[in-house]
Amino acid sequence: MAAGPEGAPVGRRVVLGLLGLGAVGVVTGSRIQAWLSSALAPVQLHDPTGLSGLVPLGDTWRYYSVTGPVASRDAASYSLEVSGLVGRPATYSLADLQALPQTSFTDTFQCVTGWRVPDVSWSGVRVADLLEAAAPATDAVGVRFGSFDGTYSVNMTLDQARRSDVIVALTMYGKPVTHAHGGPVRIYSGSMYGYKSTKWLSKIDVTPNNRPGYWEDRGYPLNGIIGE
Amino acid sequence: MSEGPKVGADLDRFVRAERVVHRLVAILMGTCLVTAVILYNGSIMLAVGHRHLVETIHVWSGLALPVPMLVGLASAAYRFDLRRLNRFTSSDWSWLRSRSRRGGTIPVGKFNAGQKINAWLVAGATGVLLGTGALMYWTGLVRLSWRSGATFVHDWSALALGLLVIGHTVYAFRDPEARRGMRTGRVSARWARAEHAAWADEVDRPELDP
Repeated sequence: MAAGPEGAPVGRRVVLGLLGLGAVGVVTGSRIQAWLSSALAPVQLHDPTGLSGLVPLGDTWRYYSVTGPVASRDAASYSLEVSGLVGRPATYSLADLQALPQTSFTDTFQCVTGWRVPDVSWSGVRVADLLEAAAPATDAVGVRFGSFDGTYSVNMTLDQARRSDVIVALTMYGKPVTHAHGGPVRIYSGSMYGYKSTKWLSKIDVTPNNRPGYWEDRGYPLNGIIGE
Repeated sequence: MSEGPKVGADLDRFVRAERVVHRLVAILMGTCLVTAVILYNGSIMLAVGHRHLVETIHVWSGLALPVPMLVGLASAAYRFDLRRLNRFTSSDWSWLRSRSRRGGTIPVGKFNAGQKINAWLVAGATGVLLGTGALMYWTGLVRLSWRSGATFVHDWSALALGLLVIGHTVYAFRDPEARRGMRTGRVSARWARAEHAAWADEVDRPELDP
């Protein structure tokens, strides 16, 4: 075998340089992303090809589903059941929910893994109002949100579910929540990470405990409060 | 075998250890990229679903990716080729700048400058993706703003690495003899003379034959 190859060890420098750049990116990326996002938003809004949605440019939505394809539901087939340890169980149609007092606010959607989408406007019915109407029993501790995907679930304590920014969301960006975003009805829980906001909501079960839900059972924090 | 220059003979290019490392890295890298596309693209995600399964495959393939690269270090031939990839000479710079780089006027060693740069970028990007992926997966490791930064770096590095891998594959598909080298370990002397003349001189010196 010949002696050591000639030349400068540029490869090692490039690899170490990339690792250093990656570390700088971890620390500053949040700010760069925010800047890129505001710079690219006008482009993405007017992109007729939709190609800009294929790459992770700016703060874009990422769609999660934990089962196979989920059959969509409309106003005719949708219903929300509030049950469990309550004095007055109830089933709401989409029209029933629309007839209740609506709460609106704009918030940043924050995923626990780090991605976020700023300035999302939501409106819907406070979970607190539905719980009030259902009259939880004195030994009730938590609620368990269920999805019509048949698998997903989220736990919250009763106190967390009663927060004013936890809503049964009916609209997003001023329009009915789309199927891809978990419509026609989903949870949006503003002060908690995205995995707490159950998509394709079909059930609110009042429970005697705070057993972990789907992602909570797979390692995500039980409470999921942003920044905790 | 024969006397004089061995024009028709085969040369040993990659030992078994290198071929096995390449095969395993290719499988793991392919798995990472396919699952990444599912995780990133909204319409594919909603059609495929099963996010936890896809994510688990992605994470474990990613964690396994450097293992064959590191185990390969047990092979002396692999270590020697790493040293070749690491070193960049003035003729590598000329090769990059030259328009007629395939013409054979610039002596090319076992790896040309493009292959070297590809190797560095893949190695660096793999390290960056591994580190940022760990921060995203084990959400308790760093605070939220760093996790957002890790997602940002992971996204762009993955995009860049995906393009590199596609480019690497396109070049491989254009060159059956290069593929044979990685599949069987041997290449024709004719191909070696055309593509890697300096390396062919190094391993196939007729004057040393009896």
